[in-house]
Amino acid sequence: MSEPSSPKIPVTVLTGYLGAGKTTLLNRILSENHGKKYAVIVNEFGEIGIDNDLIIGADEEVFEMNNGCVCCTVRGDLVRILDGLMKRKGKFDAIIVETTGLADPAPVAQTFFVDEDVQKHARLDAVVTVADAKWLSDRLKDAPEAKNQIAFADVIVLNKTDLVSKAELAEVEARIRAINPYAKLHRTERCKVKLSDVLERGAFDLDRILEIEPEFLDGGDGHDHDHDHHHDHDHHHHDHSHSHGGLKHYHDEDMQSLSLRSDKPLDATKFMPWLQNLVASEGQKILRSKGILAFTDDDDRYVFQGVHMMLEGDHQRKWRDGEARESRLVFIGRELPEQMIRDGFEGCITT
Amino acid sequence: MKEFDPGESASIVSVTDKVRPLPLGHAVTSVHFLGDNACFVGAEESVSVVSARGDISQTPVHGGGILCAVSDGARIVMGGDDGKVVALNAKGEVTLLATDAKRRWIDNVALQPDGAVAWSAGKTAYVRSGKGEEKSFDMPSTVGGLAFAPKGLRLAVAHYNGVTLWFPNMAAQPEFLEWAGSHLAVTFSPDNKFLVTAMHEPAMHGWRLADNRHMRMSGYPGRVRSMSWSAGGKGLATSGADTVIVWPFGSKDGPMGKEPAMLAPLQARVSAVACHPKQDILAAGYSDGTVLMVRLEDGAEILVRRNGGAAVSGLGWNAKGTLLAYAAEDGDAGLLEL
Repeated sequence: MSEPSSPKIPVTVLTGYLGAGKTTLLNRILSENHGKKYAVIVNEFGEIGIDNDLIIGADEEVFEMNNGCVCCTVRGDLVRILDGLMKRKGKFDAIIVETTGLADPAPVAQTFFVDEDVQKHARLDAVVTVADAKWLSDRLKDAPEAKNQIAFADVIVLNKTDLVSKAELAEVEARIRAINPYAKLHRTERCKVKLSDVLERGAFDLDRILEIEPEFLDGGDGHDHDHDHHHDHDHHHHDHSHSHGGLKHYHDEDMQSLSLRSDKPLDATKFMPWLQNLVASEGQKILRSKGILAFTDDDDRYVFQGVHMMLEGDHQRKWRDGEARESRLVFIGRELPEQMIRDGFEGCITT
Repeated sequence: MKEFDPGESASIVSVTDKVRPLPLGHAVTSVHFLGDNACFVGAEESVSVVSARGDISQTPVHGGGILCAVSDGARIVMGGDDGKVVALNAKGEVTLLATDAKRRWIDNVALQPDGAVAWSAGKTAYVRSGKGEEKSFDMPSTVGGLAFAPKGLRLAVAHYNGVTLWFPNMAAQPEFLEWAGSHLAVTFSPDNKFLVTAMHEPAMHGWRLADNRHMRMSGYPGRVRSMSWSAGGKGLATSGADTVIVWPFGSKDGPMGKEPAMLAPLQARVSAVACHPKQDILAAGYSDGTVLMVRLEDGAEILVRRNGGAAVSGLGWNAKGTLLAYAAEDGDAGLLEL
């Protein structure tokens, strides 16, 4: 399914609130003995010690596209830098974009959806968010940027776990999961993480959307739970926790995920317009979306993914014999109109 | 729609057998002539200079990627990711014009007939007059493109949400032409009456400088990366579509309310255009490797290079209009004597 031989250069986006350890992770990636060369795009150019040949300072310029869509923003500087870097093709294997601590990852990701030239040469691999185990809970309360970065992440490196107690760690993980139950989460000290856990993830590769299951806290830290969290949130809850067999379970007041599932096939002629209308009207609230779909009279799995109002989708492969033809969708976003989405989805089920 | 199948008898005049093939072996980003020497600016480090006889020599100019290049026929000025601005003249001499203090990328360069040079790094535009005086000016956002007006020391600086017209020798505030969106390449019409930008979106925008009236030039399927004024400035030929789009600038209203000419349609995207310096002819290169010469008046075509190779990345005519050089992204190049 995956195409490791793809000539497109993978781009990893490294986000994280101020002081979480982005630079530590970046230096770890660069200094490890992997035989690969990285081009690194940073913002605090020259102010941090990064030892790398190809290091480019960016200005983090967010440009609105002229198409009347307010959330359709791109990183203008990134378009320019990637264009310039492509003149040096062959001199590096991958690109890492480090954003500032206050950055919204969406314009970076959208650059890869919108810009034809960027798409031709590079592909977004994953959004990796470094989070500070000690301070993230506080930042989720007072910094919307931190919440955005967690919600947007494909991979979360929960760093500085040595500075917190087991209970504090469980709490911060539960808070992360309340926002984004789908990202891969790695607990680290000084960002000690396997490079294969943060690089070459193919998180935006339609061919690699294999399953959509929440990542449970299954790290063997005494949390043993096999019950289903499908986050059927009641949006009138305020920040509170309740207990499932010892595990605290938070509801984030404004940022959450919504999971939809149907074992009855969907009507493609109803579903596609519904999805497109949904992201067109509610796209500002929807940070990420992803789905594996079973359509009536279609032997192929259909997969899609999106960032705000931008969607891409394709037939992925044949449904296997004996494989449950089940449709699964997830939306991660802010103040999602849950009932409207659920009702709309129900209306797309073939009757 | 036409296809050039070598198996078929061509219904089009072909001069492919008169082209001198030049296997340069490096990616080319633009093509210029210094006298009768064809200069192929590489994506990195050097320029391949090819004499009219076909001798190829390589001249190192940058210690890394070459991000921009412009020529006035006497020299080529280039900017690189090594933070340097260098010039290459017809004798093959390389001169270092400037080095960015922070070694930032030099994203854009421009040349003025009186010898002034402009370049940009990030948000800052720099001008050095023919007498060697240097000035700089900070823009509100990163500079997307630079162009000198045909007369006087006036520099157009394209950036996000518009173009700044800067008179480096005057104390007055620069003039600002506003239009929402990211403006990249910028060019003045040869008669100094119009200013046109290629935008990040697949569209161009223009201003009539007498009254700053807007001209929207849209409908492209892809971004316009190559623009060329026809001899005398009556038309502006552009890449970005599956035909060469030529906007009419012959009248005082320019293309306002007019349709562009759409020449030489192929089942491929136009990737480079270069108008003949004297006659109403242009050369067009396509994403499938095709190179055509096209007569502006009636769209008659002559085949210079068949399709099948990498996208054409550069085209250039010598000043007399007797030599045409082309190059593709993969370094396959050719020289045609007319």
